[in-house]
Amino acid sequence: MLWYTGKRLLQMIPVFFGATFLIYFMVFSLPGDPIAALYGDRTPSPGVIAQIRAQYYLDQPLLVQYFHYMVGFLQGDLGTTYSGRPVADVMASAFPVTARLAMLALLFEAVAGILVGLIAGLRKGKFFDTSALVVSLLLISVPTFVIGFVMQFVFGVQLGWARTTVSGEAPLNELILPALVLASVSFAYIVRLTRASVSDNLNADFVRTATAKGLSRPRVVTVHVLRNSLVPVVTFLGVDLGSLMVGAIVTEGIFNINGVGGTVYKAIKLGEGPTVVSFIAVMVVIFVLANLLVDLLYAALDPRIRYAK
Amino acid sequence: MKINRLGIVAISLAAVGALTLSGCAAGTEKAAAPKGDSKAIITTNGSEPQNPLIPTNTAETGGGKVVTSVFAGLVSYTGKGELENEVAKSIESDDAKNWTVTLEDGWKFSNDEPVTAKSFVDAWNYGALFSNAQGSSYFFDDIAGFSYDADSELTGLKVIDDKTFTVELVAPEADWPLRLGYAAYSPLPEVAFEDMAAFGENPIGNGPYMLKGEGAWEHDVKIDLVTNPAYDGVRKPANGGLSIVFYDTQDAAYADVQGGNLDVLDAVPDSAFETYEADFPERSVNQPAAIFQALNMPYYLKHWSGKEGELRRAAISMSIDRQEITDVIFQGTRTPATDFTSPVIDGYSDKLKGAEVLEYNEKEAKKLWAEADDISPYTGTFDIAYNADGGHQAWVDAVANSIKNTLGIKAVGKAYPTFAAALDDRDAKKLTGATRAGWQADYPSLFNFLAPLYQTGAGSNKEGYSSAEFDGLLKEGSSASSVEEATAKYQEAQEVLLKDLPTLPLWYSNVTGVWADTVDNVVFGWDSVPLYTDITKK
Repeated sequence: MLWYTGKRLLQMIPVFFGATFLIYFMVFSLPGDPIAALYGDRTPSPGVIAQIRAQYYLDQPLLVQYFHYMVGFLQGDLGTTYSGRPVADVMASAFPVTARLAMLALLFEAVAGILVGLIAGLRKGKFFDTSALVVSLLLISVPTFVIGFVMQFVFGVQLGWARTTVSGEAPLNELILPALVLASVSFAYIVRLTRASVSDNLNADFVRTATAKGLSRPRVVTVHVLRNSLVPVVTFLGVDLGSLMVGAIVTEGIFNINGVGGTVYKAIKLGEGPTVVSFIAVMVVIFVLANLLVDLLYAALDPRIRYAK
Repeated sequence: MKINRLGIVAISLAAVGALTLSGCAAGTEKAAAPKGDSKAIITTNGSEPQNPLIPTNTAETGGGKVVTSVFAGLVSYTGKGELENEVAKSIESDDAKNWTVTLEDGWKFSNDEPVTAKSFVDAWNYGALFSNAQGSSYFFDDIAGFSYDADSELTGLKVIDDKTFTVELVAPEADWPLRLGYAAYSPLPEVAFEDMAAFGENPIGNGPYMLKGEGAWEHDVKIDLVTNPAYDGVRKPANGGLSIVFYDTQDAAYADVQGGNLDVLDAVPDSAFETYEADFPERSVNQPAAIFQALNMPYYLKHWSGKEGELRRAAISMSIDRQEITDVIFQGTRTPATDFTSPVIDGYSDKLKGAEVLEYNEKEAKKLWAEADDISPYTGTFDIAYNADGGHQAWVDAVANSIKNTLGIKAVGKAYPTFAAALDDRDAKKLTGATRAGWQADYPSLFNFLAPLYQTGAGSNKEGYSSAEFDGLLKEGSSASSVEEATAKYQEAQEVLLKDLPTLPLWYSNVTGVWADTVDNVVFGWDSVPLYTDITKK
């Protein structure tokens, strides 16, 4: 198990370099001079633009730019944004907010999704099951920004139960509404996954054996049915954790949350190489770790899976 | 207040002989005691400043809002765009080339350092110095000693004593004082020059507001300002401070005004154009702003130059139904253009000679286009370049359709992913058709709408328009001895533009704003920013 984990962690190194270089290349290839665009129609003198370009190595070829970034990176310096702010500071303010939002959303979708999915799976074809299917279909088909705007208008503007947007400190209670919006689509998927998996497992041999052994119904359902049904759900949650952590541009925009998604979006639009690459590098690490976590959880959930040397 | 107010017309005092621009002592008479809570903080929308808050490096609206609140220059503008003296006691000149600036007594920065002639001269020198790479350095290019490509001191600036300095311009400019209300001309305290980057994080100014302590600027979140007790100028706040909250989308800000989290919003999102007046009865504004929008024409391409091009440019202009597009696409939040400036600027005119070319006229457009076709038939597609990330698609398509339906030619919008990409093609002279263009005035003057865009070799004259007649009239206007005379010359210069049509004026952007019922006295100024200092909270 340890060996396996170590091997997986070592694999991160080439992934990291490959991903950062690829992203740098893509940002570098964006059309247009980012510095000239910063000023819009109010063009400063060419001399000023040239100096600012030189300051960010934008007058250098791609490899030199990437080299400068990597030298800084290895010394713990992630570079600066075009406004002169250290990228590390930007990360330190954006990631905790997104992490809180992601954890809250993950909690909502996991708890509610598994619960509803389990009940629906146990009562297949009954009223609860049918309604769960209809509701989840609805959530999947309605775009997030519609759900976001509607929830914001109803709960924020009309009822006044929640703050319309999230303030700078992004306390948990203000994040509940955006987390619900963010969780809505994944919640629907989890309901469907759990339901299908539970109803499959109900007919499995090991469940029949357990029941025949004389185990109580709650024990059969929780230990034998649910535990085995969670394997696909956990896979989904792991991937979802990754995508939640890298931010949600739409939801962040609606609720004015200063998170990862919006920051990266703005940086891409500005052509801000160091910011985009640093954020993406962290995202890559998060994704790899989330996948590793999922793989390790398999072993815990399904007794048939063991990681040998 | 009236006694302090110095209209732009004051420059016409020059008729007596000497050019004089002086007002009565600022701060000798106070405004009536404000109603409402003078401690209350007003919340308003903004965006993260693009640069550290250094006045000479802040040209965008996000930072501009903060800088004009935190600093006070020699003069400031009233809501109507008239000049009022702030730190200046007088700005005088005999020949419009050599100016003497005298400062009012008693001005201090919020760190108690007195505002002296040196505070201005040092700040302007810093802003102009080549190696400081300040975005607004070009504002100093008419002061003697300025250089665009090497470090050089502004030799035209001389400190006489603590309260006086002189300015020598490269050439006479009668309305030079008009621009001094722009943020780039703010004074800086000595502490700024020790570490400009750190100063930009926590600027110390002499304006109506100051930062609420160290770290009042929470990046990407908001900036908190409180009233500056040391300030005693004409913009004395009637409230306790200003909290500028940064939004990435105007929709979120709009929801916040509706939800009671924001007091004043100065830009209604497109999605609410139809409803904002109903959502905020009696608490909304929709008035012209100093923003001019146009289509730059490819007068250097085949078919678009010479006599043929002149006919075609006029035909295109007359085939655009500006009124209908502003009504339908913009729900009346744009005003069709009749000149090259803006209705909020003194000297704006809807009666320029040749302005009929800006009116929709199907018959005349077809006729001119046919005449051009007689010279050389046109078979191509007329495209209009725009950046797709700026919400321009709807109106560009509407304009293209209007041209297509009127002239029966192929006309389409050509989207570039970002503004940078569009700029690239423009600079590489790879454009094949018209380009959308916009201009927002830095200071309320006709000159600021004309010189930077159409003067030969000017910084933002990217497509290289050059007309000796226009340049000459502009020069005559800027060295005229009275405002009336200058205005007349600037209007004549625009008539040259109407003939040449290097750009087709489309419309003026309106400022659309709403405010919550918690605040009163919300008035939007000529620069589309609310006059924050006047706002009171119940």
